[in-house]
Amino acid sequence: MSTELYNDGPVVHQATFIDGTSVEIPELRILDQDGVIYPNADLPDIDQALATKIYQSLAFHRVLDERMVASQRQGRLSFYMTALGEEATSVGGAAGLKPQDMIMMQYREQGALIYRGFDLKDLMNQLFSNAGDLGKGRQMPIHYGSKELNCMTVSSPLATQIPQATGYAYGQKLQGADAVTICYFGEGAASEGDFHAGLNMAAVQEAPVIFFCRNNGYAISTPSDEQFKGNGIASRGVGYGIKTIRIDGNDILAVLKATQIARAYAVKENKPVLIEAMSYRLGAHSTSDDPSGYRTKEEEAKWQSHDPILRMKNWLIKQNWWDEAQETALFEKYREDVLAAVKVAEKIDKPHIDTMITDVYDVPSAQLQAQLDEVKAHVNKYPEAYPFTAGKF
Amino acid sequence: MAQINLLHAINSALDIAMAEDKSTVCFGEDVGHFGGVFRATSGLQEKYGKARCFNTPLVEQGIIGFANGLAAQGSVAIAEIQFADYIFPAFDQIVNEAAKFRYRSGNEFNVGKLTIRSPYGGGIAGGLYHSQSPEAYFAHTPGLKVVIPRNPYQAKGLLLASIRDDNPVIFFEPKRLYRASVGEVPEEDYQLPLGKAEVVQTGTDITLLAWGAQMEIIEKAAQMASNDGISCEVVDLRTILPWDIETISKSVMKTGRLLISQEAPLTAGFASEIAATIQSECFLHLESPIARVCGLDTPYPLALEKEYVSDHLKVYEAIIKSVNY
Repeated sequence: MSTELYNDGPVVHQATFIDGTSVEIPELRILDQDGVIYPNADLPDIDQALATKIYQSLAFHRVLDERMVASQRQGRLSFYMTALGEEATSVGGAAGLKPQDMIMMQYREQGALIYRGFDLKDLMNQLFSNAGDLGKGRQMPIHYGSKELNCMTVSSPLATQIPQATGYAYGQKLQGADAVTICYFGEGAASEGDFHAGLNMAAVQEAPVIFFCRNNGYAISTPSDEQFKGNGIASRGVGYGIKTIRIDGNDILAVLKATQIARAYAVKENKPVLIEAMSYRLGAHSTSDDPSGYRTKEEEAKWQSHDPILRMKNWLIKQNWWDEAQETALFEKYREDVLAAVKVAEKIDKPHIDTMITDVYDVPSAQLQAQLDEVKAHVNKYPEAYPFTAGKF
Repeated sequence: MAQINLLHAINSALDIAMAEDKSTVCFGEDVGHFGGVFRATSGLQEKYGKARCFNTPLVEQGIIGFANGLAAQGSVAIAEIQFADYIFPAFDQIVNEAAKFRYRSGNEFNVGKLTIRSPYGGGIAGGLYHSQSPEAYFAHTPGLKVVIPRNPYQAKGLLLASIRDDNPVIFFEPKRLYRASVGEVPEEDYQLPLGKAEVVQTGTDITLLAWGAQMEIIEKAAQMASNDGISCEVVDLRTILPWDIETISKSVMKTGRLLISQEAPLTAGFASEIAATIQSECFLHLESPIARVCGLDTPYPLALEKEYVSDHLKVYEAIIKSVNY
C-alpha cells in the first residue's frame, strides 16, 4: 500500500506549465511502401510460412470486403463494414499472438478472425443472419464471434469491450495461464468513458492485456482533430502508467513486431500495453455511409498509396516468397470461394422461431415460453404476414 | 444457530463462495483491506489474498466492465457497487453488455458467473443519493435477474444462490437493515430458490406484497389490520426478475385483493408491472382495485423522508381502503 507513485520533477519557484509538446512519440516503421526494410530495423519473428499465412489472410480480407459490398449494393445483404486500407492492424495483431489468447474486437477487425481460421461458411452465415449463424441471427452483419477461436462476439456499443478485456485478462492471470487478451478499438471509441475505465483498471490491477488502437483518422464523419486535441491516443497511455508504442499501422511487420513484444511483456510482467497503430479508413464507415460528404478525393488518394497489402506484397516479392502468378491465382480463387459461399448462405432459412427466447437466460422462464406460444399462435393465424417462420414450427 | 445481522450473513455467504471456488473474486470501491464502507467484505482480503479481494479505482462502469470480462473468462465475479445510487455509470455495462452477453453471441459466451451486490433503499438519512431503489430500471432488462432479501437468513441463502446461478444477478441489499435486522442464520452452506416468492403469513382478506426493507413495514401493517379483524396474507417477492407470477396470482385468487408496497416512486415502478399482470391473471377474482403504496414521484428527500416513504401507517390505510372498497 503506497500513495507515493510520482516520479516528481524538481521543485521550481516560477509557475511552470507543461502541455505535452515536449513529449515526442516515435512511430515504428520497418517496411517502406516499396517493400524495402529500413536499415537497422528490428525485424519481427517471421518466416516464409507465417508471411504467407498473413498475406493470404490480407488478400482474403480484401476480396471478402469487395464482394460483400457488391452483395450489399445488389440488395442481397442488409449491411456491411469493410476494413479497406487498415487490414494489417487486425491480421498483424492476431499473427503476433498465440491461439489461446483472447481477441476482443470492436467491429472492423474481422481480419483477426480470418487469420485464426474462421470458416468462410461461418462468416457468411453471420452476414446473412441465417439458421447456421453461431450468433443465431440476432445481431447485424459483422458481429462475429467464436468461442472455439477465442474471438469474443462483437457488440455494437463502442468501447464496452475495453474494461471487459481488462477483466478477462485478469482472470487469465489469476489462473496462471500463458495467455493474454488483445482489445481492439478505434481512436473515436477512445473518447468513451470505458476507455479510461479499462486502461486505468488494467494498470492498477496489473492485467496482461494489449490495448490496440486503430487510429484510422475518422469516427464515421468526425475527423480525429475534432475527436481529441492531445498527441493521439498514445500520449494517454503514458498518463495511465502503461507501456505504450506508436506504430505505422499500414506496415504489417511493424504491427507484428509490436504485438509480439507486447505479448511477451504482458505475459512476463502481467502488465498492460498500449499500441497505437496509425492508419486510415480508406472505405466508408459502413455501407450506410458516404465519405464524399466529409473528405476529399485527394486525401483518399494519398492514403491509397500507403496500401498495407501492396506494401507486404512488394516485400514478399523481394524475398522471393511470392510472384504475380501466385497473386492472380490467389485472388481469383478467393473471389470464386466467396461468391459460392454467398450463394449457399443466402438460401439458408432464418433461425427457428424458438430461438427467439433461448439464451436470454440459461433456461427460458415460464413467462418467456408463454410469450413465445402466443406469438406462434398468432403466426399460425396470419401465416402470409410472417413468411420466414410460418409453417416452419 | 447463531443470531447474526444482515451484514454478517452477506459476509458469511461471500466467505463460503470464496472458499469453495478459487476463481471467485470480490472487488469494488474500498472492498479490500477496509472491507467495504459497510464492512460486508470484512476479512476476505486477509483470508483469500489481495488478488481475489481488492479495491478498484473509483469507476463504476469500469468495475462492471471488468466484472463482465472476468465472468466471461470463467471466473466467479462478485462486484460491489458501493451504493445503488451510483450504479448508473455502469448502466451500459449492465443493460447492454451483461444482460445481452449470452443472447447476442448465440451462447458462444456468457456472464452467468457475474453477481453485482449493491446496498439500496432509504431510511438512513441518506437523501437523494444514498437512498434510491432502482430495481425497476433493471427489471425492464431481459437477461438479468434481480434479487432482494428481507432478513439475514434470506440474505445468505439468496446470495449464495445468486452467485451460483448461471445468469448475471443484481443483488440489492437493504442497507437500513444491515445492522438493524438480526436473526438466526445457519453457519453452513445453504441456498434459497431464485424466482420464487415466499408466503410469510397466510391470510384470507387481502394479499400484501413487498420486498426487501418494505417487508417489515407490511408485516407491521398486517398486525395492525388484524386488530381490526382483517386477515392479511403477507408475501415476499424476493426475486424481482423473473418474478413469481404463479404464487402471487394464487394468493390473490384466494384473497381477492392485492396491495403492493415499494420504496421507489410510484410511476413505472415494479409495483405497476405486478398490478398490470395480476389484473390480467385475476380479473374476475378482484374485489377492489390493486393498491400501490409507494414513494412520491420526486427524488428521494432528506428532511421529509418520513413523509415520503411508504410506512406501516400508509400501508394500513391502504388496507382499510381496499377492504372497504
